[in-house]
Amino acid sequence: MERDDLIEYSLHAHHNEEHGKAVRKKIYFVTILLTVITVVEVALGAYIKQSSSAWPFVKWSFVAMTLLKAGYIVMVFMHLGDEKKTLRNVILIPYILFMLYLIFIALWEALEVGHAWSTYGAA
Amino acid sequence: MAGHATQLDAKTLWGGKESPFQTSYGKLMMWFFLVSDALTFGGLLVAYGFTRHDFQGAWPIGEETFNSMPFLGHGYPLLYVALMTFILIVSSVTMVLAVEAGHRMDKKGVVKWMIATIIGGFFFVGSQAWEWSHFIHGSEFGKIELADGSQAVVKGHFGEIKNFTVEVAGKHHKKGAVIKEDLMHEFQHAAEKGRLKDGKILLHDGSIAKINKEADSHMQLIIKKDGKKHKVGDAPIHGKDAEKMYYESLYAGEPNHVIYGANLKQNEYGPQQYAQFFFFITGFHGFHVFSGVVINIIIMLGVVAGTYHKRGHYEMVEKTGLYWHFVDLVWVFVFTFFYLI
Repeated sequence: MERDDLIEYSLHAHHNEEHGKAVRKKIYFVTILLTVITVVEVALGAYIKQSSSAWPFVKWSFVAMTLLKAGYIVMVFMHLGDEKKTLRNVILIPYILFMLYLIFIALWEALEVGHAWSTYGAA
Repeated sequence: MAGHATQLDAKTLWGGKESPFQTSYGKLMMWFFLVSDALTFGGLLVAYGFTRHDFQGAWPIGEETFNSMPFLGHGYPLLYVALMTFILIVSSVTMVLAVEAGHRMDKKGVVKWMIATIIGGFFFVGSQAWEWSHFIHGSEFGKIELADGSQAVVKGHFGEIKNFTVEVAGKHHKKGAVIKEDLMHEFQHAAEKGRLKDGKILLHDGSIAKINKEADSHMQLIIKKDGKKHKVGDAPIHGKDAEKMYYESLYAGEPNHVIYGANLKQNEYGPQQYAQFFFFITGFHGFHVFSGVVINIIIMLGVVAGTYHKRGHYEMVEKTGLYWHFVDLVWVFVFTFFYLI
């Protein structure tokens, strides 16, 4: 049975041409931004050797650029920025907290395991 | 965002009438699925990080491992994977344009942009197939074990093999015969089995032939495993020294001095785990891209048939769009942690 007591939300709220133009402008901006970041990443990766003294800086800048790209993809392309704040938080906060925990615990453990191998055993 | 009924008070909010996230059930479930899928990919990348952090020797470097382009050969570090990344970003953009057209009920626009997205998806899957093939077949030089027991990857231009001239007849080939077919394959197979000696090759039928090969150029040996003399982190060995050491080992007539390409048992580029993670992570992602393309095709056919236009909204396109963007999102992380760092 069709329910008629539910309150309508975004489904039938269509954009007009003007709104569409604004949305497209944002999309093109993000496209250019993502492309530029990727070009910078590849240039840095190709020209700065991992043995160079600048590498730690380059490495962390890769991580920062990746998170920036991911942020734009999630917020603009996946429209999470336009959703209700509660939905945004429900999706992002548990995931980010868990991943930070997992990365910390796994990499810390890995360093310890590696240390144990090099101290006590043949790898 | 809200539609016609924007009367929100405590009674409507708590009466079970209002969707708390003001989004549809389908979209919410798509988000839940994406979060769980993101946990899977997160787990895989963290496992990769674990292996890399506890590994004692030299880990392969992206720009050394992935430096080939179709039709152009090698010497283009990371360029191909950058092109793949760009293709995926562009197909993500065309998808978001399809979603935007859907919001304006522009059926033609949705179809146009979805077709563009599908084409981009096919290009990406095809590129990945090429890269896998290249990774499995390996370089022309392979990874060499030098006389002191150290192992090195080899960079440079491999001189073409012109032919084999038979010097000692076997069951099949007569003395003086010139073999011109399948040279590279025979050469690499013989190298792995230790059937190359002093510039000569022992063929399957027992004949021995002289290898006529052009000189290599710009050869460079990069040590990846410590030996008695050469250590990981030493400056790369160039030119004539490199050629001498390489061929001394290749033409020693002993098996297992050289490895070509990567599979589940051996890996030219570095430790075995590297190849396994490469196959699993890029394979799992490639499978997502492929299924994304299939889903896009199905939904596109629905758009063409007018299913969503009749329904009054193009939310289905938005939901497949979410999945497609997610595939792009994962690739951004794979690109950084597998290829760049």
